[in-house]
Amino acid sequence: MSQALLVTADGAVFRGMSVGAEGMTTGEAVFNTSMTGYQEVITDPSYTGQVVVMTSPHIGNYGVSPDDDQSEAPAVSGFVMRSISRRHSNWRSHGSFTDFLQEHGVVALSEIDTRRLTRHIRDAGAQPVAMGAGVSERELTEAAAAAPRMEGRDLASGAGTSTMFVAPTDRTPRAHVVAVDLGMKRDIVRQLNRRGFTVTVVPAATTAPEILSMEPDGVFLSNGPGDPEPLLNTVNTTGDLLGEVPIFGICLGHQVLGLALGARTYKLPFGHHGGNHPVRRLSDGGIQITSQNHGFAVDLWPLAGGSAPARDGLVGRELLPDSIDTRVGRVVPTHQNLNDGTLEGLRCLDVPAFGVQYHPEAAPGPTDAVGLFDEFATLMGVTDAQA
Amino acid sequence: MPRRDDLESILLIGSGPIVIGQACEFDYSGTQAAKVLRRHGYRVILVNSNPATIMTDPEFADATYIEPITEEVVEAIIAKERPDALLATLGGQTALNVATGLARSGVLERYGVEMIGAGLDAIERAEDRGLFKRVMEEAGLAVPRAGYARSMHEALRIVEEIGFPAMIRPSFILGGSGTGIAVDREEFLEKARHGLATSPVGEILVEESVSGWKEFELEVMRDGRDNAVIVCSIENLDPMGVHTGDSITVAPIQTLSDREYQEMRNDAIRVLQIIGVETGGSNVQFAVDPKTGRRLVIEMNPRVSRSSALASKATGFPIAKIAALLAVGFSLDEIPNDITGATPASFEPTLDYVVVKIPRFDFDKFPSAPTQLGTSMRSVGEAMAIGRTFGEALQKAVRSLENGRAGFGADRIEHSLAATGMDDLMASLVTPTPARLHAVAEVLRRGAGVNEVAARTGFDPWFVEEMAEIVATRRRIEKSPKDVEAIRLAKRHGFSDSQLGYLWNLPEEEVRSIRLSAGVTTTFKTVDTCAAEFEAQTPYMYGAFEEEDEVPPATRPRVMVLGSGPNRIGQGIEFDYCCVHASFALREAGFETVMVNCNPETVSTDYDTADRLYFEPLTVEDVLAVVEAERPESVIVQLGGQTPLNLARRLQQAGVRIAGTSPDSIDLAEDREQFSEVCRRLGIKQPPHGIAKDRIAATEIVDQVGLPVVVRPSYVLGGRKMRVIYTYDELSEYLDGLYGDVGEAELTDVPLLIDRFLESATEVDVDALFDGVELLVGGVMEHVEEAGVHSGDSACVVPPPTLSETAHKTILAHTADLARELGVLGLINIQFAVKGDEVFVLEANPRASRTIPFISKASGIPMAKLAARVMMGERLETLRTEGLLKDRSSPGFTAVKEAVMPWNRFPEQDSVLGPEMRATGEVMGIGADTGVAYAKALLAAGHKLPTEGTVFLSLADRDKAMGLAVAQAFQMLGFSLIATKGTARFLAHHAIAAEVVNKVGEGPDDTRERIEGGQVQLIVNTPRGGRARSDGQVIRHAARARGVPCVTTIQGALSVARSLRSGDGMVVAPRSLQDWHGEA
Ligand SMILES: Nc1ncnc2c1ncn2[C@@H]1O[C@H](COP(=O)(O)OP(=O)(O)O)[C@@H](O)[C@H]1O
Ligand SMILES: Nc1ncnc2c1ncn2[C@@H]1O[C@H](COP(=O)(O)OP(=O)(O)O)[C@@H](O)[C@H]1O
Ligand SMILES: [Mg+2]
Ligand SMILES: [Mg+2]
Repeated sequence: MSQALLVTADGAVFRGMSVGAEGMTTGEAVFNTSMTGYQEVITDPSYTGQVVVMTSPHIGNYGVSPDDDQSEAPAVSGFVMRSISRRHSNWRSHGSFTDFLQEHGVVALSEIDTRRLTRHIRDAGAQPVAMGAGVSERELTEAAAAAPRMEGRDLASGAGTSTMFVAPTDRTPRAHVVAVDLGMKRDIVRQLNRRGFTVTVVPAATTAPEILSMEPDGVFLSNGPGDPEPLLNTVNTTGDLLGEVPIFGICLGHQVLGLALGARTYKLPFGHHGGNHPVRRLSDGGIQITSQNHGFAVDLWPLAGGSAPARDGLVGRELLPDSIDTRVGRVVPTHQNLNDGTLEGLRCLDVPAFGVQYHPEAAPGPTDAVGLFDEFATLMGVTDAQA
Repeated sequence: MPRRDDLESILLIGSGPIVIGQACEFDYSGTQAAKVLRRHGYRVILVNSNPATIMTDPEFADATYIEPITEEVVEAIIAKERPDALLATLGGQTALNVATGLARSGVLERYGVEMIGAGLDAIERAEDRGLFKRVMEEAGLAVPRAGYARSMHEALRIVEEIGFPAMIRPSFILGGSGTGIAVDREEFLEKARHGLATSPVGEILVEESVSGWKEFELEVMRDGRDNAVIVCSIENLDPMGVHTGDSITVAPIQTLSDREYQEMRNDAIRVLQIIGVETGGSNVQFAVDPKTGRRLVIEMNPRVSRSSALASKATGFPIAKIAALLAVGFSLDEIPNDITGATPASFEPTLDYVVVKIPRFDFDKFPSAPTQLGTSMRSVGEAMAIGRTFGEALQKAVRSLENGRAGFGADRIEHSLAATGMDDLMASLVTPTPARLHAVAEVLRRGAGVNEVAARTGFDPWFVEEMAEIVATRRRIEKSPKDVEAIRLAKRHGFSDSQLGYLWNLPEEEVRSIRLSAGVTTTFKTVDTCAAEFEAQTPYMYGAFEEEDEVPPATRPRVMVLGSGPNRIGQGIEFDYCCVHASFALREAGFETVMVNCNPETVSTDYDTADRLYFEPLTVEDVLAVVEAERPESVIVQLGGQTPLNLARRLQQAGVRIAGTSPDSIDLAEDREQFSEVCRRLGIKQPPHGIAKDRIAATEIVDQVGLPVVVRPSYVLGGRKMRVIYTYDELSEYLDGLYGDVGEAELTDVPLLIDRFLESATEVDVDALFDGVELLVGGVMEHVEEAGVHSGDSACVVPPPTLSETAHKTILAHTADLARELGVLGLINIQFAVKGDEVFVLEANPRASRTIPFISKASGIPMAKLAARVMMGERLETLRTEGLLKDRSSPGFTAVKEAVMPWNRFPEQDSVLGPEMRATGEVMGIGADTGVAYAKALLAAGHKLPTEGTVFLSLADRDKAMGLAVAQAFQMLGFSLIATKGTARFLAHHAIAAEVVNKVGEGPDDTRERIEGGQVQLIVNTPRGGRARSDGQVIRHAARARGVPCVTTIQGALSVARSLRSGDGMVVAPRSLQDWHGEA
């Protein structure tokens, strides 16, 4: 443990201890408010290029377990904590989080005033930071200022698998799902397999004809890092698939679906990263506490030829447009975030396709919304799929 | 689903007196509910027998009934008020039980009252443990295996199946008293037999014991649309086997992986759905096997609970308030989160800090009771602390407890363990006791391994490691005195200046100045429910040592109110009541109020009671940190009991302006020498007395003043270590106890006060307010029990029924003289002992007293509010014109305060009253005359008085004369009398027939057998001085076991007779406070 610094692009300096790999790193700082699941967070490919700040003070308490990995290795640029545990204690644990950070060469800081950093990000907006030990404050300041922003960068195409592979189900096979891998979390595949779906995972660049030639019962668009706008290929592919085959998109996949339908996407001030976001199901008003991790969101208003009314008081339905006509027929918003009113889900009424902005597979976070995978099954005509 | 408009009026039931297991958390929840329901336009009818509660302030309900919480009385209230709905889930077990009774007996149906929150069948499914287990298993949730037994034979059969250790739970016993774990056959036979005997239905539940497993609790909120959220997760440091109320607990859960936590979360929500709690907050308890992760559901409370209060304070999420709104139809997404203002209540708070709760025990008041902790709760209060890490929070929590410890080890008292060998210490870790935590600190200091300690205590190794880190930090600091880096390091691990002072053997003040000049100062962070994701609207702060301070700029002149810390016997909810009133009054007067307290059960720590809330320990260091952050005009120390009063001097020395009565005046009243001088000057009588600094001096003084004497160390509240001493043997015994043990260092240091004990004198309490010119007497309270029974343990009556005109005048004159002479600015409480017309002063407290809430309700004068304004320089005159002080003719009723004793939690303890306070709470009875009022008070306190049968008399010689009146009274009421030889002979001598019964063990059919045989309905037994194992003790034990009321004082007995004469028809004639005060 050696003294370390973190400097933000706008010049705020934070002091802590280096507890991970040597050297310096840069990336966009985002804070995650989950109180459990640090391992799922750090291995979530959606964090590619980002420095994750955990608001929960103690990290590493229960160690690490292979079952909790969401990918081969952490994709984060850096990891920031208030207090990393000296000892881990849990019957599931296979090792300590500190060793995990070392093994995977993650630059990580502890003893940081993470609340101050979180408030800074909240007020000044998500922005790059530079951090590390044995690096001068000036170098870090320059590195932070020079670090690229998330907007306009295609991080997803490279985040997923580069070669196609099959993830077989251990249940009696009920359907074949082709999953377009933009940086997919393992628990999504687990959820699909658990319902008896054989999953063929394909690279982001795979074309619609290629996908259709695999005769899928459904196509899944995965989560992934960064800005959806640059993902032109995937967006076009999705456009071509609309109406041809049932489609389900999660997070980035949902944004890609939105773009394919002609909606626009935009960057949120500091995104949604945590496990306590209330989402209202517009069909019946039911509320689910959801797991979320995204910096961009879908805006349906331009497509509806309008713009969102000003918000006063608690979030209301009127903050979202009603049914919208697109080239593939009517599209409706299905879910809404109750903290800021943003779109959390949409559905096509005339072609089989839907997507949600949050993470029904949880990992980490509440599993309130896991039923959406069954909806996907229904959409594919599989009725007896039982997790 | 918006507000239900089909409901107009709602009956809210409180939880009655403060008892162990049911403290002021239910005033907090009831107050929140009453407030919000009225804000939404409902007519609120409230019943609670506890006058010290905020909820029973007339302004919080449309009709406030300070009446016994029994089915009969509540039915009468329903008949009178005809409410549309009954909300019983916010008044603890008491409210739930009464509501269940009324529902079962069809009363609610008859009057068309709807139970909102949780319905009857939901309550039954949750409360009936057998039924609960069945529905859980049907839903596929695991529970400990168990079976019901109505005989030893059945009990043994069941335990054969489930094996040892086994938990025994008598059915229909309140709050887990009588439960226990048996490790082998012997213990089982004994515990099971006892259980079968104590259960009113002669039934026990024999349950697989999982003691040693990890214990967790989740606080769940559910609305009418089946939306559910987890408000807070709590992990017990003490494993299963120690009641959660007696466990050190931590929020949020620290040692579960996300998968385990989410499964537990889903189970908790399932439990609410299965049980069918329509709306509101519930608490679900789990046990988890640390080796396998196997999870069992232990129990669920279909109501707001102690843990809910803790969860509310730990997260900033107002569970009770929201539960009330859900009960009247709102859904979670329709209710805004007050803290952020912009987001809905349908979310799960996330914490970026750690919360530690430590229970407070008062075992030293019950020396005969074993201090081993178990499944039946015995803590009398709790302190909560917030820190950025577990270690920081733990150290703050320990010093918040106010039992002399400055933190986790590294203080003066750690020497008390120095003599104990390592092996003994390690061995002691296996047994849960209040002292265990400090034993852990000591063994870690001596180098014990984390795993070893974890294995013995059952604490999770993660926690022990964090504790070891505190100890490691201590070692680092020790080596480098006055070093700034060391200070910085220490502070981040929660060390207090006084701990550093101890380690470096410097005065705390010096450490402080070194620290401040090095710029190491407290930074305050906000409790905001969302880990800073959204802006917080309510300044609810805690201290830490970080890079950023979040204290918002002030808008108006500020006043700081210091609370009273954790509840303890002698200092409870009454003082919180006063602090809350001060905040209310000063806000109305345009001040910005700043509350400092560390008690999660209270209304004062509700984020909307003061403008700013600092959840911090009440030590000089922590309070000064808040002072520096807030720069208040002045600080109020006279409302929070002895806790803030003891800080006054040092705060003033640090340059703080103390509101009202000055520290000098405080000393004038509290320091016996100075006080005697004042009395002498004013020509006010005191009992002959003296002050001893050591053993020899003590004996000399006793020689001078003469026996009997009452002795006690000064500067302790609630008469701790206070005794009446009749012989020299008793004296030397007492002195051994006092100067003998190191643990009581705080007591050995302070002078010992010795007073001549005034026998059979009437005690009188006066509460008054002095503004420098005018004296306002809140009331003169005549005690039922004679002087010698602590004012906190004795019943009192206002207006005084038997006080002579002369005595009354003298008392008022003395009060005025003392207030002026002491230089009081604010409240003063004086206790007098009266013999005929002769008046002695016992003590004067220059602060709010325990009786302020009672007297405020009896007189309709808002004493605490007025006091707050007076302390800020207002004259009563002004407040009169302002309307805050209304002149009223003395109300046309008698009010009685009766104390509630915790005997059922300490069966080993003799239940005789004395000068050391042991009551946990109080009730109020209001009636047209003393008889009715006292009867109501007794009923509210849980005494079932007989109307016929046999009265057993056994009187100390000094009481025999007065005893005649008692005997006659009961005879006239048609009771037959039996008495022990001496007493009987004395009565016969005065022509009163009483059958003679054998003393205990003196022949066949003795007293004990009579009582146990149910042949005695009432006992009048006055103790014969201090002798330890008197047969009076045996008698009182038998009485308690059989639930026979036992009066230990003559005056008490007379009042009982008087109340019986008034007949209980009057007792169930409820009348609202507003009505009594002619405001209805
Ligand atoms: N089966 C059991 N084995 C061991 N300890 C238990 C068991 N059930 C309960 N306990 C302990 O007893 C305490 C009180 O039991 P609980 O069911 O919560 O009753 P209550 O809270 O109503 O008194 C719990 O906090 C737990 O520590
Ligand atoms: N000299 C005395 N004679 C008789 N009773 C006394 C005497 N002094 C104190 N007591 C009894 O002891 C109780 C506690 O004493 P007090 O001075 O009020 O201490 P505390 O600060 O605990 O209230 C009093 O309420 C009174 O009943
Ligand atoms: Mg319990
Ligand atoms: Mg007193």
